[in-house]
Amino acid sequence: MIDKRVNNIIEAVAGVKSGMTFMFGGFGLSGIPENAIAELSKREINNLTCISNNAGVDDFGLGLLLQRKQIKKMISSYVGENAEFERQMLSGELEVELIPQGTLAERCRAGGAGIPAFFTPAGYGTEVQKEKEVREFNGKKHILEKALTADFSFVKAWKGDTAGNLIYKGTARNFNPLMAMAGKITVAEVEELVPEGQLDPNQIHTPGIFVQRIIQGNAYEKRIENITIRKKE
Amino acid sequence: MALDKNGIAKRIALELQNNTYVNLGIGIPTLVANHVPKGINVEFQSENGVLGMGPFPFKGEEDPDLINAGKQTITTLPGAVLFDSALSFSMIRGNHIQLSVLGAMEVAENGDIANWKIPGKMVKGMGGAMDLVASSENIIVAMTHTNRAGKSKLLKSCTLPITGVSCVKKIVTDLAVIQITEQGFKLLERAPGVSVEEIISATEADIIVSGEIPIMDF
Repeated sequence: MIDKRVNNIIEAVAGVKSGMTFMFGGFGLSGIPENAIAELSKREINNLTCISNNAGVDDFGLGLLLQRKQIKKMISSYVGENAEFERQMLSGELEVELIPQGTLAERCRAGGAGIPAFFTPAGYGTEVQKEKEVREFNGKKHILEKALTADFSFVKAWKGDTAGNLIYKGTARNFNPLMAMAGKITVAEVEELVPEGQLDPNQIHTPGIFVQRIIQGNAYEKRIENITIRKKE
Repeated sequence: MALDKNGIAKRIALELQNNTYVNLGIGIPTLVANHVPKGINVEFQSENGVLGMGPFPFKGEEDPDLINAGKQTITTLPGAVLFDSALSFSMIRGNHIQLSVLGAMEVAENGDIANWKIPGKMVKGMGGAMDLVASSENIIVAMTHTNRAGKSKLLKSCTLPITGVSCVKKIVTDLAVIQITEQGFKLLERAPGVSVEEIISATEADIIVSGEIPIMDF
């Protein structure tokens, strides 16, 4: 097996530069690559294009890069949880491309799967359709959406092995497997890194072929955005 | 008396069909899960990658790796399954979900829906709403009849940027149940204590009223 391990988070993000395009896995704050984001927020890099379903909250997740004005453009589907984001967007400091969530997922998948573009019904007749090719299939209108790729994809999994094979937990899977496929360099951080052979090949979600670097992350905060409980009867 | 949020959710729950897959949006739609009628078996899908979503966890049992589309902590039921976002939207776009319940800021008499943007004021994004409305066979909107300024949210045509074209089938508001027909809005039911005249005056678009309009029964 090819050993994908790097020694530390500094090696994991080696090669990141201003002006690059990054993908970040996660839905809300669930399944985000906390260690990579923390490291990137310390770097003197800016003018970044970031592709992520959400934009974190003010003081966590991608909110950290927004605070330091490292992001030039954000490609997301829902950004409602971040006041600083809304401020930068409405003031025009931040360029934002909002796209339907399913389209975002599929564009990442397509980018990793060698499909340059595809037709989807989502967004037909809306602002999203603007300047896109429309075609009718089976009596229904569809719009042409193009694949997305990134210079770096930062993903987070529950378990991984030294060959870069990944297993996710719960709904923290979300965009991670798709973005893992679409990065020129995919950096995976995991809660538990095990030697090759320790993961059941039947259970692996992301094959190591899509991962260039793997590291065991430190001190996961795993913040919950919206704790909701029910009362015991 | 106009219904409260739970009343709207309770009325929508009567639309649930046995042995179907259902996607609930954020807000009032999420409450529908609390009112599933006895004898009706439905599986709830959440766009972020779970089918077989259960109730909220008990205190101390919250799992940061298990949330719904509203980022609330959840549980899973026996037989639940977890998956990535592309697979989740394959279920949605591929029309494998029988019912989608969404909130809205405006609905037009032709079934157009607007719920993702107020230009210059509020831009939260469409999330999964555009994918949902583009494909779901049955879309029910849960919303208040009028907005905070007292203006009708049921319009001849939407004034806000739309989320989808001619897709809504039914609307349940705090005042009424309304069906979207080829002729426009048709009043099916009224909330307890709400008159047909009140509904007509709270609605900007025309409403077809034919015969006696029954009171919601739940």
